[in-house]
Amino acid sequence: MEVKTIYLDNSATTKPLKEVMQAFMVVNEQYYANPASIHAMGVEANNLLRRAREQVADILQTEAKNVLFTSGGTESNNTAILGLARSNTHKGKHIITTEIEHPSVLESVKQLEKEGFEVEYLPVDQNGVISLDDLRAKVRKDTILVSIMHVNNEMGAIQPIFEAAKIIHNMSRAAFHVDAVQSFGKLPLAFNHEDGPDCISISGHKIHGFKGSGVLAFRTHMKWQPYALGGGQEYGLRSGTVAVPQAVALSKAARIAVESRVDQEKKYRKWHDEICLQLREYGEAVHILSTPQGAAHILSFSIRDLKGEVIINAMQKRQVIVSTSSACSSKQTKTSHVVEALKLDEHFKKGVIRLSFGAYLSDEDIAKFKEVLNEVLMELKGE
Amino acid sequence: MIWKEILIRYGELSTKGRNKMDFIRRLRENIRHAFADLGHLHIRTERDRMFIAIQNEIQMNALLEGLPKIFGIQSFSPVAACEKDIEAMKKLAITIMDTFKNEQLTFKVEVKRTDKTFPLESHAIQREIGGYVLPNYKNLSVKVKNPDIELRVEVRHDATYMMAQVIPGAGGMPVGSNGKSLLMLSGGIDSPVAGYLMMKRGVRLEAIHFFSPPYTSQNSLEKVKVLANELTKFGASIRLHVIPFTEIQVLIKEKVPSNVSMTTTRRMMLKVADKVREEIDALAIVTGESLGQVASQTLESLTAINAVTNTPILRPLISTDKLEIINIAEKIGTYETSIQPFEDCCTIFTPASPKTKPKLEKVEHYESFSDFDELIERAVKNREVYIFPKKEQETDKFADLL
Repeated sequence: MEVKTIYLDNSATTKPLKEVMQAFMVVNEQYYANPASIHAMGVEANNLLRRAREQVADILQTEAKNVLFTSGGTESNNTAILGLARSNTHKGKHIITTEIEHPSVLESVKQLEKEGFEVEYLPVDQNGVISLDDLRAKVRKDTILVSIMHVNNEMGAIQPIFEAAKIIHNMSRAAFHVDAVQSFGKLPLAFNHEDGPDCISISGHKIHGFKGSGVLAFRTHMKWQPYALGGGQEYGLRSGTVAVPQAVALSKAARIAVESRVDQEKKYRKWHDEICLQLREYGEAVHILSTPQGAAHILSFSIRDLKGEVIINAMQKRQVIVSTSSACSSKQTKTSHVVEALKLDEHFKKGVIRLSFGAYLSDEDIAKFKEVLNEVLMELKGE
Repeated sequence: MIWKEILIRYGELSTKGRNKMDFIRRLRENIRHAFADLGHLHIRTERDRMFIAIQNEIQMNALLEGLPKIFGIQSFSPVAACEKDIEAMKKLAITIMDTFKNEQLTFKVEVKRTDKTFPLESHAIQREIGGYVLPNYKNLSVKVKNPDIELRVEVRHDATYMMAQVIPGAGGMPVGSNGKSLLMLSGGIDSPVAGYLMMKRGVRLEAIHFFSPPYTSQNSLEKVKVLANELTKFGASIRLHVIPFTEIQVLIKEKVPSNVSMTTTRRMMLKVADKVREEIDALAIVTGESLGQVASQTLESLTAINAVTNTPILRPLISTDKLEIINIAEKIGTYETSIQPFEDCCTIFTPASPKTKPKLEKVEHYESFSDFDELIERAVKNREVYIFPKKEQETDKFADLL
C-alpha cells in the first residue's frame, strides 16, 4: 500500500486546491481569448478578468484599478521596489528595509544601491522582530521607500506593519511597501486601515493557487516608469497579454484563503503549540526559532550540531517532507541571512528546519509527523 | 442597535410653496423605489422633514450608503433612541459622540422636552449630558454659538431621541418633480453627465441611442446600456430607446457632401428623437453639447441642427469645460465606462474636415434630394426599448469560477 506523504513545506509552495484547478481548466477552455481583443470573446474574457480583479480588490479593500496581476511574489516585490524608488528620486534617494527580507527585496535594494540610492537595514531581535524605535531613528525627510515584510518566510515572525506605517507616514513622504507573500490569507491584511501599507505583494502559489501568478496592489493610484514595455496592459504598468486563467485562479484561491482563514489559523495554532510542546521535551538539544507571537503556519526549530539536510533526508525516508529555513536559500551552502540576523548560537546555525502548514493537512498527519520526529531525533542522537 | 430612525431634511423644495406636498410625495416615492429591496419602509413626513424608521442594521447601512445619491435631500441624520432614563441617555450620548472622536470640534447639547412628566428639566438634562460627554472626549470643547456639532436630545413620550451627525445629501429636487425629458445618450463622457444634471433638477429621463451595426459594435451598445443603468442610481428608472440608424447614415453618406454630412446626421438624429419624445410624452430633449467642443457644437452648427424642431433642447453642459465635465463624470461613476474605446455613431462616419460654420439653407438644399422622412418613420417604429434598472439580475456565469 502506498503511504501518504505528509507535506510540511507549504511556505515554499502549496498544492493548488481542486476548485482552483477546476476554474483554471474552465477558463482555459472557454475564456481563452485575449482580454484586449475587441471581439465578443475578448470582451467576455475581459469581463471575467475585471471580475477577478474586483474580487481581489474587494478582499484588499482597494479599488480594482489599484490591483495589478503579476507573475508572482518576486516580480511584485521587484516592480514595487525598483519602480517606486526610481520614480521618486525628486523626493530623495533614501530607502529603508530589514535584514530579514526575502531575496527578491534584498537583491532589488542592492541593485538600487549600485544606482546611487542609500539603503539602511533594520536589524531584528532574537524573536525576528524589528524595533519601532530603530525605524523612527532611521526615517528621514528624504526617505522615499520603506519595505518591510509582514511575516518572515523562514521563521514566521510578524512585523508590526501598522505601527510602522504610522511612523513612516508621520515622518516622511515615503511609500510603504509590504511583502505579504507569507501573510496574505493567514493574517488580516487590507488597505482599510488608516495606518497601513501603501502597496503590498501577494503570491498565488502560497495560498493554494498557481505558480506564476501574483498581485501587486496599492492603496491609492501610483504610477512609475514601467519595465515591461509593449501593449500597455495592466494600466500601462505591466505590458504583456494578461493571463486571465491565472488571474481567475488567484482570485478564487484568495477568496477561499480569506474565507477559511480563521478556522485554518485555529488548526495551525493548535499544531504549532503541540509540536513546540514536544520539541521542548528534548531540552538543550533543540532550539525553537519561532515564537508564540509569530505566524501560526510557520514553525522553525534547530537541532544542536546537526545539519538541516540530514534531518530532511531522515524524515523524507518516512514520507514526511520538511524544509531547511527556506526553499530559496536551502540550495546555498552558506547560512541563511535570516538565521544570521537572528544571531543564533553557532551550534544551532546549521540545523534549522522549517515546518509550514497548509490546507491539505489533517490532525492525523500532524500526529504521524510527531511520531516521525521523535523517531528521527532518537535515531540521530544515537539512542 | 441604537438607531431608531433617519431624519431627512428637504432640499430646495422647502421653499416651493404650493407644490410642496407634491414634491414631498415624490421624494418619498423615490426613496421607496430606490430601496425597494429593503422591503416596505415606514416613512413619516412632516412639513420640513421626513423620518424613515429603521428596523435593522442592514437597512441602516443600505440607507446610509444610498441616501446621499437621492436628489431632493439637503442632509440627513441617523437618530438613536433609548429609554427615558438619564443614565441610559448619558450612555447613548457617549456612543453617538464616538463618531467624532478623531477631530477637534466644538459642540453643544440642545434639549427638547416634549414629555413634561420627565423629572429633569431641559436645562438640567443639558447640564447632565454635557457634563458627562465632555470629560470623555478631550477633542471636544463647548461653544454655544455656531458649534461644529449639536447633540440634539429630544425627550418624547415613547422614548428619548438623540442625534448629532449631519450627513450632506445630493441637493437638487426629487426626480420627477420637473417633468420628463428625452436624453440623447451617445456613450461618451458628456451625455451621461448632462442626464445627471437634469435629474438633479428633478427631471425624469428616458434615453435615446443611435445604433449603426455593423459600423458600430455590440460593445458600444452594451456600454450605453451600462451608462443608462448607472444613471438609475440617482433615484429613477430609465427607459432606453435604441434606434436602428444604419440605413439613414448610409443614405446621408451617399447623398450629402461629406463636409456637411455631420450636420445632416445630427439633424436626422434630432428629428428621430423628437418623434420618440412625442410618443413618450416628454417635454424636452437633453443633450451633452458643450459650446465649441467639436465642429457640431459651434453656435452655427447648433443653429443648423436645432432648426428641425421647436421642442426645447436643454444643454446643461453648454458652458462647461471638458475637464469640469470629466470631474462630474468621475464623481458620479460614469467616467470609467464612458472612456472604453468602442466606435460609436459619431466617430465612424466622421468626415475629415467637417464644416464648423454650416449654412442652414445649404444643408437643407442638400437634404432635399432624398426622402429621409420614410426612413425616420421606420427607424422610430423599429426601435428597441430596454428598461433599467434590470428587474432580475442576470445569472452570473462567472460565479463558479471565482
